[in-house]
Amino acid sequence: MKHTESELVDIKNSISEMWNLVQSQFEKAKTALLNSDEDLARVVISTEKRVNAFELKIDSDCENYIALFSPVAIDLRLVLSMIKINKTLERIGDFADGIARFVLESDEHGSHLELLKEIDVETMLVAVETMLEKTLQAITTENTAQAGMVFSIDNSIDTLYAEAIKKLAGHVVTNPNDALYVLHLMTVLRKIERAGDHCNNIMEEIVFYLDAKVLKHQKK
Amino acid sequence: MKLEAKNVNFFYGDFHALKDINMKIESNTVTAFIGPSGCGKSTFLRLFNRMNDLIADTHLDGECMLGDTNIYDKSISVDELRKTVGMVFQKPNPFPKSIFENVAYGLRINGERSKSVIEDTVETSLRQAALWEEVKDKLKKSAYALSGGQQQRLCIARALAVNPSVILMDEPASALDPISTSKIEELIFELKNHYTVVIVTHNMQQAARVSDKTGFFMLGELIEYDDTKKIFLNPEKEQTQNYITGRFG
Ligand SMILES: Nc1ncnc2c1ncn2[C@@H]1O[C@H](COP(=O)(O)OP(=O)(O)O)[C@@H](O)[C@H]1O
Ligand SMILES: [Mg+2]
Repeated sequence: MKHTESELVDIKNSISEMWNLVQSQFEKAKTALLNSDEDLARVVISTEKRVNAFELKIDSDCENYIALFSPVAIDLRLVLSMIKINKTLERIGDFADGIARFVLESDEHGSHLELLKEIDVETMLVAVETMLEKTLQAITTENTAQAGMVFSIDNSIDTLYAEAIKKLAGHVVTNPNDALYVLHLMTVLRKIERAGDHCNNIMEEIVFYLDAKVLKHQKK
Repeated sequence: MKLEAKNVNFFYGDFHALKDINMKIESNTVTAFIGPSGCGKSTFLRLFNRMNDLIADTHLDGECMLGDTNIYDKSISVDELRKTVGMVFQKPNPFPKSIFENVAYGLRINGERSKSVIEDTVETSLRQAALWEEVKDKLKKSAYALSGGQQQRLCIARALAVNPSVILMDEPASALDPISTSKIEELIFELKNHYTVVIVTHNMQQAARVSDKTGFFMLGELIEYDDTKKIFLNPEKEQTQNYITGRFG
C-alpha cells in the first residue's frame, strides 16, 4: 500500500476507535440510567475527557491529510465525511455524559425506575445503540445497504419520544411532586432523541462518501 | 544532525545567490526545498556534495557540515564525499552500458573485485530502488531500453550501490509521467528508513506528500523552514503562504 493510502487507513481506524469509545460511553450511560448506578455514571463522566481528546486528534489528522495530500474524488469525500462524523460522534459522547450527570443529580429526587420503565426509555436507548452499530458496520464494510433501516429506526425513536412526552405529562398531573424530576427527565429524553438524529446524519455522511449522494434536506 | 548549513553565502562571480542560510537536517528524514525558479534551491543542494566546485568563479562563505565535519575542509576528499553524499538529477542520466553495469559502475571504480559482492550489491540496490522485479530478467540489456521512470530508478539504484548516507535529488520526477512520479515518490518515502534524503522540487504537492521538513526559498534567502505539516497547514510567513497558495507575484 502506498504511504498516502495508509494515512487514510489510519484515519479510518482512528474513527472506528472513536466509534467504539462512544458506543461504550452510551452503553454505560444507558445501564447507569436504568439501574440508578452512580458509580458507572461517574465512569462515563470521567471518560468524557478522552472522547474530547480523541475528537481533537482525529480533527488534526484530517487537517494534515488535506494539507499534505490534496485529496480528490472518493478520498476527498472520505476525509470530509470523517470530519463531520467525528464531530457528530463527539456530540453523541456529550449526550452520554449528560445522561450520566442526570443519574447523579436525580439522586436528590429519589429513584424513579418505575417511571422510566413506563415511558420505555430503554427501547429508545437500545435503538440509538443499534443505530451506532449499523452505521459503524456500514463504514467498515463500505456498504450502505442498511441505510434505510437506520433511517427507519430514527423514525421509531421519534414516535417513542412523542409517546413518552405524553405519558410524562399525564404523570405530572397525577404526581405533581415529581414535576421537577420530570422536567429534568425531559432533557434526557431530548438528548436520546437528538442522538438518533445524529446517527441519521452519520448515515447520510457515509452515503455521501460511498455513493456520493447528498441525502440531506431531502424528504426521506 | 546529519547536515547543517551555517551562515552560508554563495556567489557566482558578483552574483549573491545564497544569502545567510542556516539549516539543520536530521538523519533519516526527507527534506524538501521549494521556491520559485532561480531562488537558489539547486545551488544550495549542490553545496552538500561540492558539485558547485566544478563551476568557475564561485565563492562560498560559511560552513556546510556533514555530521561533525566541514565538507569544505582541506582534508576532505571530494571523491569520498560524493560516495557518502549521492546525487540524482532531474533528467535520468544512465551510462551507455547495461542495466547491471550501471549499478555496478561505482563499485568497480571503488576497486571492488569480488563478483559475488558486486552481484549482491546490484540486486540489493535495484530492490531498494523498487526496480528489481522489472529488470531482473534483462540485466544485460542496455539501460537505454528502459522507460524514463525506470531509468530514474536505475540512477537511484546506482547512487545507492556505493553505500551513501545522504541522497540529494534535484527535481528527480519532473521529467516523468504521473505514474512514474508516484513510484519515485513512494521510493523516496521508503528511502528515509536508511538514508537522509534532500529533494528539490518545483511541485509543491510532491514536497507535501513525501517530506518531513520543507524549506521555502526566495531570491537566495531561506524564508521559512519547518515541519512540512506546519508549512502546508499554517505557515508563519506571508510570503510562504502566498507561494504555496499560488498567490505569488
Ligand atoms: N553556473 C551558474 N553561473 C551563474 N549563475 C548561476 C549558475 N547557476 C545558477 N545561477 C544563478 O543562481 C540563481 C539560483 O539558481 P538555481 O540554484 O539553479 O535556482 P533554482 O534551483 O531554485 O531554480 C539563479 O539566479 C541562477 O541564474
Ligand atoms: Mg534548480
